[in-house]
Amino acid sequence: MKLLTAAAFAALVFAQPALARDVTVDVTAIVEHPALDAVRDGVKDALGEAGFKVGENLTFNYESAQGNPGTAAQIARQFIGNGPDVIVPISTPSAQAVVSGTRDIPVVFSAVTDPVGAQLVKDLKAPGGNVTGLSDLSPIGDHIALIKEILPNVKTVGVLFNPGETNSVTLVELLKTLGAEQGIAVVESPATRSSEVQNAARALAGRVDAIYVPTDNTIVSALESAVAVAVESKLPLFTADTDSVSRGAVAALGFNYYDVGKQTGAIVVRILNGEKPGDIPVNVAAGTDLVINPGAAEKIGLELPKAVVDRATKVIK
Amino acid sequence: MSLIAFLGAVELGLVFAFVAIGVYLAFRILDFPDLTVDGSFPLGAAVAAVLIIAGWNPWLATAVAMVAGAAAGLVTATLNVKFRILNLLASILTMIALFSVNLRVMGRPNVALINQDTMLTPFYGLGLPDFYVRPLFIGVLAILAVFLVWRFLASDLGLAMRATGANPRMARAQGVKTSLHIYLGMALSNALVALGGSLFAQTNGFADVTSGVGTIVVGLAAVIIGETLFHSRLIIWALIGCVVGSVLYRIAIQLALSSDILGLKASDLNLVTAVLVAAALVLPRLRRGRAAA
Repeated sequence: MKLLTAAAFAALVFAQPALARDVTVDVTAIVEHPALDAVRDGVKDALGEAGFKVGENLTFNYESAQGNPGTAAQIARQFIGNGPDVIVPISTPSAQAVVSGTRDIPVVFSAVTDPVGAQLVKDLKAPGGNVTGLSDLSPIGDHIALIKEILPNVKTVGVLFNPGETNSVTLVELLKTLGAEQGIAVVESPATRSSEVQNAARALAGRVDAIYVPTDNTIVSALESAVAVAVESKLPLFTADTDSVSRGAVAALGFNYYDVGKQTGAIVVRILNGEKPGDIPVNVAAGTDLVINPGAAEKIGLELPKAVVDRATKVIK
Repeated sequence: MSLIAFLGAVELGLVFAFVAIGVYLAFRILDFPDLTVDGSFPLGAAVAAVLIIAGWNPWLATAVAMVAGAAAGLVTATLNVKFRILNLLASILTMIALFSVNLRVMGRPNVALINQDTMLTPFYGLGLPDFYVRPLFIGVLAILAVFLVWRFLASDLGLAMRATGANPRMARAQGVKTSLHIYLGMALSNALVALGGSLFAQTNGFADVTSGVGTIVVGLAAVIIGETLFHSRLIIWALIGCVVGSVLYRIAIQLALSSDILGLKASDLNLVTAVLVAAALVLPRLRRGRAAA
């Protein structure tokens, strides 16, 4: 998949060798967070590879709303007033604030799980208007398959999530639907802030065969509390965020958010080169990494199947 | 700062002016430190958004949102008056409860309104660009709110409410039912905050359960900036101060966001707010100190 992306970039670079014009791209995210920051860096690097370089012909502005939708609204107005060539809002509330404020500046959102539900676009295939972007809907089906591959007898999976995060709620609903099809019961354990994660994880001990964490900002930021509970109750912990594996999860299948950023950047480049945002379909980000941690598996007396180890993108020692 | 960014700041300031007036009623008139607003702001947004999506008239939806806000204020007042829970603690309890209530109301953490008709829809496309329409529309509502609250506070009922906050024992001795006024004041205050939340959702295209974060700080900042600007004993100036203070607060933040010279980023906004409020508190004291010397 990386090769494909690289090839796409190469094609773009060679198709448009001379770019004399100066462009401005404004990027905003709801909060500073390793995954969201990686998206931003990916966008910047994709622009650089396409010949739009900061300090030469690219003005690249970035603002984070510090988790406050009020500030997100103000940043949106700030950017719209700047009148850049493209605005890139990362995450749902930031994207909604930008999209509601402009009908003419091209908008390329990123890391939005459900763009139609968030009313950013009416139709993923033909967005129309001035908005397009990239969804980061986790491949939940693949996650369930991975859990089944590692734990063939799995009956119940406990999911830790913050009911206040719209992306997580979408993912948990999907997990319940797809899990039911596979005969797996899903036990929900909500935590509304990072200090509640430990209790939420404890509530699952003894009731489930494995713990699953979606791309949830609250749980991921307090992952260590979940890991501690998982180890003491000998439960394997699976995540959708690959960075969590080095922090003690057994395995994760998830987006490399830097790649998500690069794919977002590629859409920005297409618009800078004259394409209309409304003509570019909204896709789910491509390419997931499988990251495993055999050490963490050993701690709870679990051996990872050879097939999983062999195809892992990254093995944490 | 571009014109759109400037008008955007004015618009957001006017939206939060309703919060500032609500906070003024609770903190200054009733002397009730009320953190319920962190929950009633997203409650107003949630109720209005859900009803608008269900096909209700946006004006009616906003009215119901205000009633919901008033109910939240009544819960805090009941906890305080009836069950004698410390005012600050009572409001914190309501605030955290409202997080769950707001999730229930919306059914999920974020409800989008981008494609729905709002109170502002009929005014778009009358010739003025949207970024003028929004602050003008909300400005008219804010002037109306200031006028109505001013008239209310000058009425017999309002005077009794002011006495309740200023000196409850004295007020009771004069036959004022202080508990009744705490109920009424808290309901009014949180109804205004919910109105702000509802307008925020309608002008920005979404209601989000996290949008209440720091509402109280923003409201207080506006009240204090207003008081510093017009240090007058007259209620009308205090109310105008709430509106002007709220707008100035947003413009200050917009300046911080757009000034490359100062090197400030959005991540510095909390510090900017703290410095702004501290300055607004300290400056009049310094002035007074110099006058005395």
